[in-house]
Amino acid sequence: MPNMQNNKTPIKEQDPKVRARNFKEVCEGYTAEEAINEANRCLNCKNKPCVSGCPVGVKIPEFIAKVKEGNFEDAYKIITQTNGLPAVCGRVCPQENQCEGKCVRGIKGEPVGIGRLERFCADYMLDKPSEQEKAEPNGIKVAVIGSGPSGLTCASDLAKMGYSVTVFEAFHTAGGVLMYGIPEFRLPKAIVQHEINNLKNLGVEIKTDMVIGKILSIDEIMDMGYKAVFIGSGAGLPNFMNIPGEALVGVFSANEYLTRINLMKAYLDEYDTPVKKYDKIAVVGGGNVAMDAARCAMRLGAEHVYVIYRRSEAEMPARREEIHHAMEEGIEFMFLTNPVEIIGDEKGCVSGVKCVSMQLMEPGADGRRAVKAIDGSEHVIPIDACIMAIGTSPNPLIRSTTPGLDANKKGCLVVDENMLTTKEGVYAGGDAVTGAATVILAMGAGKTAAKAIDEYIKSL
Amino acid sequence: MYKILKKRELNEQVTLMEIDAPLIAKKAKPGQFIIFRTDETGERVPLTIADYDRDLGTITIIFQKVGKSTMQLGTMSEGDSMLDVVGPLGTPTHFDSDIKKAAVIGGGVGCAIAYPQAKALHNMGVDVDVIAGFRSRDIVILEDEMRAVSNNLYVTTDDGSYGTKGFVTTKLAELIDSGEKYDIVIAIGPVPMMKFVCDVTKPHGIKTIVSLNPIMIDGTGMCGGCRVTVGGKTKYACVDGPDFDGFEVDFDELMRRNSAYKEQEAQAKQHICRLTGGVRHA
Repeated sequence: MPNMQNNKTPIKEQDPKVRARNFKEVCEGYTAEEAINEANRCLNCKNKPCVSGCPVGVKIPEFIAKVKEGNFEDAYKIITQTNGLPAVCGRVCPQENQCEGKCVRGIKGEPVGIGRLERFCADYMLDKPSEQEKAEPNGIKVAVIGSGPSGLTCASDLAKMGYSVTVFEAFHTAGGVLMYGIPEFRLPKAIVQHEINNLKNLGVEIKTDMVIGKILSIDEIMDMGYKAVFIGSGAGLPNFMNIPGEALVGVFSANEYLTRINLMKAYLDEYDTPVKKYDKIAVVGGGNVAMDAARCAMRLGAEHVYVIYRRSEAEMPARREEIHHAMEEGIEFMFLTNPVEIIGDEKGCVSGVKCVSMQLMEPGADGRRAVKAIDGSEHVIPIDACIMAIGTSPNPLIRSTTPGLDANKKGCLVVDENMLTTKEGVYAGGDAVTGAATVILAMGAGKTAAKAIDEYIKSL
Repeated sequence: MYKILKKRELNEQVTLMEIDAPLIAKKAKPGQFIIFRTDETGERVPLTIADYDRDLGTITIIFQKVGKSTMQLGTMSEGDSMLDVVGPLGTPTHFDSDIKKAAVIGGGVGCAIAYPQAKALHNMGVDVDVIAGFRSRDIVILEDEMRAVSNNLYVTTDDGSYGTKGFVTTKLAELIDSGEKYDIVIAIGPVPMMKFVCDVTKPHGIKTIVSLNPIMIDGTGMCGGCRVTVGGKTKYACVDGPDFDGFEVDFDELMRRNSAYKEQEAQAKQHICRLTGGVRHA
């Protein structure tokens, strides 16, 4: 008999007051009993709407059936047939808009905690050896540029098909946004490294410190005998607001702030990269990156962390769970507020942010409600640092050094439905194509590209 | 891992190293830089590529031991390896082919960056005057190297212990006043020095290129930590530079931004003090 309780099996989380001052993971995960209890809420529907909501098509009812039996290893094997990064996806996917958003149990109550179960299975296997199914090596070389979610997924799928895959990464550590962007308290870095090690065990070679476009061009990589290239270089170029005062000391892009903290581990004493503790810090933006930056600032000891967002709570693009966690941790939200100037003191350091109040208008062409400043609503909020988390664009380095690679006016690479760019043998996916989006969409693109690359190489 | 093949102390504070980095050596051009990280807990620090040998597959870096990371690098020996060296980064210096006479000015360890520029110009057949400024005689570096690539080498010291007493700007003003017609001035050194060089050249309308040294983290354009205001616009020194038109640069802003982590840098230096049993250089 299925478990007909309406709500998800509760999951243990660190107390908000305690966790707001440490970098340990907020959510502690299910025990085996809790996982089995939650798995029993799955009705094993015939038409599997949940699977249609997953960008990488994880066989959800099948793996959950194994969890019900307590056979977590087989459950993990089913997940990893289509998903190379389950410990990551179980933690950071916006399941409410994807698999869980389609779950039948969600109609009259809460959907099955698919993400939590996926995470449980992946964590269960962390300290156990697991054999991955893999085709005979075919000796054909494929290059992947960037080791974020799209590149890692593409590399993983190609390696399983027998290709000899080399991943080129600009940073000193593979993982992309999983390492430099998403903080430890949401996604422990040891877990990311474990999933990257699984990739290496599949035979994928990862070359770090390789800034493609500088040290090697795409054409040179092709000349080295790679039959196809996948570009998964992301959207790592931060946007600023272009308002006065953005060059003051204490104004950061979220990328800089998060890179110092997550990649360079500036919050740990033994690491050399500095990051400052600020007492009153504002984060501008309403996405997951803004939530991550705000929650990091709190953990570094800020007294007040403000999130300044020009629309209202309902329009925030961040995951509900992250907004909820941020509020529990004492982050102060200033909705319908927009900065117009950063104000500095005589030393050139941030001392305040001048904002205007906004009103919501009818939805615009993109379906999002437009906003308009209210006349005479200018006010100054005293702060000593400001983090801009208003989005990112693709870095121009690769497209500007690769003849024949077309990009649109936003700098995103142009691809067809098979992720093929305008250059033969060169595929692209993830944020490099879509602009800043989600981890799982990038993974889906990497998967589609791997399939297309395989077909392309077989057609040669 | 990037092996240190050669190490030479140019003076008490400044060290030269040749690093095994064939791919970087193959692509490097004057004006470009690398980012290094010595070990797992290290920070990422930018250094200009002072020279390269495409055949041997080596690049040369010259650095001043000013804080924890450069001191740590300074303790490494021939045969040791750095964990990470990323490059070549930045936009190479572009010299117009119609330049006939140039003045290349280096301040202190800035000479390490000025030297490859002088060499590049010299190899283009340009008449090159090099003005190299140091605080005192004991920190003079690369004198023979700079002499080899210049028509005239003028060494100045603040205290007059070697060469001409005074600042590089005094010498530059003197040369301009005596009728030297420079098509271009390249100034590389501490920010105030570059600012004052621009003050000298601007009234004469001599194009002046400076090499900026803001704080950097990734060095690939993904964080904006190195942003500088040039001609009223925000530029990322790591991708748009590090070379810029000196007349357009907001030097005061750069000086403020560079001092953002002063306290923590001082603490880090104290920290290494205990490890090495005392730091000699301020």
